[in-house]
Amino acid sequence: MKAIRINNLTKDYKRQNQPLRALDHVSLNFEFGKIYGLLGRNGAGKSTLINILCNRIFATEGTVDIDGMSAFENPDVHEKIYCMSEGNLCPDSFSVKEVFKWTSEFYSCFDMEKALTLSEMFGLNVRQKVKKLSTGYKSIYKIITALSLNVPYLIFDEPVLGLDANHRELFYKLLLSDYEKNPRTIVIATHLIEEVSSLIEEIIIIDNGRVLLSDTAEHLLAKGYSIAGTPANIDAYCKGKDVVGYDEIAGMKIAYILGDVQEDAVTPDMHISTINLQKLFVKLTERGGKPL
Amino acid sequence: MYIDPGNEKPIFLQIAEQLEDSIFTGLYSEEEKIPSTNEISSLFHINPHTVLKGMNLLVDDGVIYKKRGLGMYVAKGAVEKIRAKRQNLFYDQYIATLIDEAKKLQLSKEQIVKLIERGYDNESNSNQ
Repeated sequence: MKAIRINNLTKDYKRQNQPLRALDHVSLNFEFGKIYGLLGRNGAGKSTLINILCNRIFATEGTVDIDGMSAFENPDVHEKIYCMSEGNLCPDSFSVKEVFKWTSEFYSCFDMEKALTLSEMFGLNVRQKVKKLSTGYKSIYKIITALSLNVPYLIFDEPVLGLDANHRELFYKLLLSDYEKNPRTIVIATHLIEEVSSLIEEIIIIDNGRVLLSDTAEHLLAKGYSIAGTPANIDAYCKGKDVVGYDEIAGMKIAYILGDVQEDAVTPDMHISTINLQKLFVKLTERGGKPL
Repeated sequence: MYIDPGNEKPIFLQIAEQLEDSIFTGLYSEEEKIPSTNEISSLFHINPHTVLKGMNLLVDDGVIYKKRGLGMYVAKGAVEKIRAKRQNLFYDQYIATLIDEAKKLQLSKEQIVKLIERGYDNESNSNQ
């Protein structure tokens, strides 16, 4: 099966006084043809993972295979994957046009015509030097570069950083119409969870260098719910359930639970509602993967 | 059409219900093309697989059908099928919940019948 297979990946950063394990035996797959949301708090290990996938840094332990071939410094997988990340990869004295030109030197699948059309749609002046671009347009030229590469695995690390609402809408729209025409794997690492929640098919949550959760968005949202009521009744209801977190306001307790609603234990004071992905994420990462 | 990701209903169901409603109210008539998964997906930022899952529910119901390479079309007799389905659901969705709420409010059967009659009367008055 076509996929990126990440097997037992560990990354240690050697620091003088305090070594840091950024990734701790991470194993997961990005299957071909799906859109993934890679979620995690600041410092969770998302960018470390992405940087290893595209050979910008190297793992301490473990392997990455793309379509059955090792991704480690392998020219055969070069045209299979592209990572759009926060940092600038080109000298910042380059103009946008020059970045496009050099990208096409390194990737035979780069579509210059598409890059120029997209630049026009975003109102990006391709003669502008990269260092002169605003934060939003720095993200935009990188998004355009990524979307113009016809690679089967496309990874975005914080793609909408600094983008205004109109440009974010345009990005999601282009991403989906492109995906429909040209099925491939798209991985989006972002903190703007609600914006991507209906766009992604699979969710992976990384926390403290480990995979905290990997599930389909539909399944996760279907099994998560919140229940509010008097504290005593809520405590009784929660016994034996997978509770991811609590909130309390005067005389009322709210529990966030994964699993099915137990109808016969619901008392008249209780109110059940759905939870959105962002709330679920916040509660899950607060709990840190441990039972409460 | 309006898709609300915060709604309790899964998105694929919202899509199926709203397309069904648009067909029932005549926005898309029989043998006419409905929007493509691509159009719905990019307009509302919804994963195309989710959109397709919603449409497939209507395909299973015989309300729409796929023309290879052209898209989804409203089936012949779709409106009648939807009407029959909704008539079947009417008891569960409206009557059962009405009686439930009436009991909580301690309204008698006779009072309910009177209220229904009043509703019909109001309608015929406003139509004059």
